[in-house]
Amino acid sequence: MGTQNRLAITEDLTIYHAMEQKERLVAALEMADGLELDLSQVGEIDTAGLQLLILVKREAARRDKALSIVAHSPAVRQTLDFCNLAAFFGDPVVITAHEQR
Amino acid sequence: MDELTSVFIQEGREQLQAMESGLLELEQQPDNHDNINGIFRAAHTIKGASGVIECHFIEAFMHKVENVLDRLRNGEIHVTGDLTGLLLRSCDHLSHLMDVLEAAAAEPPEDVRHAGDALQLELAAYTAEAAGASAGSMIEAEADVEASGGGVVNTDSWHISVRFGPHMLRGGMDPLSFLRYLASLGEILALETIPDAMPGAAEMDPESCYLGFEIRLQTRSSKADIERVFDFCRDDCELRILAPNSKLAEYVKLIRELPEDDMRLGEMLVRCGALTQSELEEGLFSQQQGKLPGDGDPLAPQLGEILVDHKVVHKEVVEAAVSKQAQVNEKKAVEARLIRVQADKLDQLIDLVGELVIAGASANLLAQRSKQSELVESTSILSRLVENIRDSALQLRMVQIGETFTRFNRVVRDVAKELGKEIDLVITGAETELDKSVVEKIGDPLMHLVRNSMDHGIEPADVRESRGKPRRGTVELNAYHDSGSIVIEVVDDGGGLPRDKILQKAIDKGLVQPTQVLSDQEIINLIWEPGFSTAEQVTNLSGRGVGMDVVRRNIQGLRGSCEVASVEGAGSTFTIRLPLTLAIIDGFLVGVGRSSYVIPLDMVIECIELKENSADRDFLNLRGEVLPFVRLREMFEVEGEHPARENIVVVQYAGQKAGIVVDQLLGEFQTVIKPLSSIFRHLRGIGGSTILGTGEVALILDVQTLVQRNVRKEERDMAANNAVARSTTQN
Repeated sequence: MGTQNRLAITEDLTIYHAMEQKERLVAALEMADGLELDLSQVGEIDTAGLQLLILVKREAARRDKALSIVAHSPAVRQTLDFCNLAAFFGDPVVITAHEQR
Repeated sequence: MDELTSVFIQEGREQLQAMESGLLELEQQPDNHDNINGIFRAAHTIKGASGVIECHFIEAFMHKVENVLDRLRNGEIHVTGDLTGLLLRSCDHLSHLMDVLEAAAAEPPEDVRHAGDALQLELAAYTAEAAGASAGSMIEAEADVEASGGGVVNTDSWHISVRFGPHMLRGGMDPLSFLRYLASLGEILALETIPDAMPGAAEMDPESCYLGFEIRLQTRSSKADIERVFDFCRDDCELRILAPNSKLAEYVKLIRELPEDDMRLGEMLVRCGALTQSELEEGLFSQQQGKLPGDGDPLAPQLGEILVDHKVVHKEVVEAAVSKQAQVNEKKAVEARLIRVQADKLDQLIDLVGELVIAGASANLLAQRSKQSELVESTSILSRLVENIRDSALQLRMVQIGETFTRFNRVVRDVAKELGKEIDLVITGAETELDKSVVEKIGDPLMHLVRNSMDHGIEPADVRESRGKPRRGTVELNAYHDSGSIVIEVVDDGGGLPRDKILQKAIDKGLVQPTQVLSDQEIINLIWEPGFSTAEQVTNLSGRGVGMDVVRRNIQGLRGSCEVASVEGAGSTFTIRLPLTLAIIDGFLVGVGRSSYVIPLDMVIECIELKENSADRDFLNLRGEVLPFVRLREMFEVEGEHPARENIVVVQYAGQKAGIVVDQLLGEFQTVIKPLSSIFRHLRGIGGSTILGTGEVALILDVQTLVQRNVRKEERDMAANNAVARSTTQN
């Protein structure tokens, strides 16, 4: 059993925080065998944020570590859906009843 | 004729109209790409539909038209006056072809066919310079499948391949927002994110953009519209757009050009539905084979050719699917807003509502007589509902006059060209609604008036300039509602009606005596007389002297009236007044002696008591205004005693007020107009009849005639009293 690290991101996943977030994400992945991302607090995500998620996922796969997003905020979920990347991340997505259209 | 064909004819004519108005707009704005697309779509829909009903002569002809439009759309040829003229004539021809189809003839008659052949030759001149025979046929094939405008088949959508440059994010732009905006153009059927350009974690710069996207977009927008989405980042992204149903070769070229691995990108395209797996393998594989003998070998089949072969097989399938999809989709879009109902079903409904109104009135009356308050209450609720039903039923028949008006754009354009004059058409009040049966019948009289205005009214440009007017003349078509009737005006800023010339002509023709004294208005009104025309030169447009009296008769046939006002040198205004509806009106019931009469409520302004002292005059002083009135009792020679008190109903028509003296005011009454039998056609002052709740018949007063009778009488009296030649009674 490898160690699991859990990281909750509380600010927006946007270009303004991209630099520091990359450091944090890469470092968090470095420290353990698996990383759980809690994105339920992410109010906004843009292309830079999306890139970071893809980067971490790819990096994890390359180094045989597990990356899972355990909670999505609506913005994250919508963006992943829009970019057709839900399958790429392969995480279960919880859709709350009132969000359903 | 089967149902499918009649639907085709109906919808085809609508498309044709769309095409025609598009072409007219094209003349004004040759660069409007949306418009060109709209025209192309209309033409394409007609062609596709004609193929479905197997009407080959229309299909073949539209094919030629479509080819020219396609080149226009692709910017290979440019808009010229000749071209739009040719296309408009093609529209006319198509309309003839539809007539042929409507008449259920298998083939168009000789003369139509010749006209069609001539047009096809002219059209061919615009397609002739297509590069080479084989390339030419490919272009045609593309056109066949391209402009579908819809369909769920994925091959039928645009393929957009975009790679955003690294500096996008730093430039403050978010690629995702471009894509979201793109989604607003249509529907994104599939989207694949391509992160392959992103380096490993160590080198990755989180502020650079590495993403690319492959997008299947279904939209009616043009390529230019799609490109415009990416306008802000055009310099900083690689954008490739493939039209719907692009050839396999183009996808393969796309795969080759993009930096990603061929197979990987190919899979992406398969995943988003642009290609099938076998197409991908075939495309990539056969290209490799072709290359094997050596790149320089001229005998080796080129990739394009191999794929064109594949495409040819493929084409029929796609075309069938696409044209079907397009039809379904485009029809759906229209049907969502409209339901087609047979006109006679609607008429039947209105008739029934009419009966309902009468029956309701009788129930109401009985309830009131029974003096049971509960019954009275429930019948009054019932009659309110009946009133609502009546209004909505009548509303069903109302159509906007705009469609009739827009037809004149074409007329004005053609006639202006023919006459060598410069004339603009200005339309206002196109949204004014009136009864469908009226709209249908008003077209011809309007056509006459508009042509007359252009031919006789508007002066040639040079003359206009010398008179200090703008070179371009203006003809206006206005429509608006006015006290229960609809008013349609044809206004021109031309020379106006020449009073002296009209008088002279009338004297020559023996219509009036040289010694007769006429007011200005009376002279102008002479143009309505049969056999009158003043144009020095008879043109083929108007001026045969059969016009105005026919116009007037047509309008009177619709229970309407027409008037003309003119200022010499400044233009003339023809005003047509028509009743809003021909079936049911709100009436005001009045009684004289033992009989009842109905006055259309819209025309009633107020009711006042007739004072004793005006007993022997035919006018009274209404708050400082002179109000002439008629006594119904005298006019219809009703027997019996005068009641102690008489009332005056003040009515207004076309800005003129008059009073009608009656015994009793009986209040509002829903009136179903029953036309009088033709024996009473020449009866003046009665517009129809209706049935009261008691089963008695009441006559509907024709207020217009009454008012005019008053005015004429007044004029006559004035003229008789006044030796002055030019009376001033006109208004």
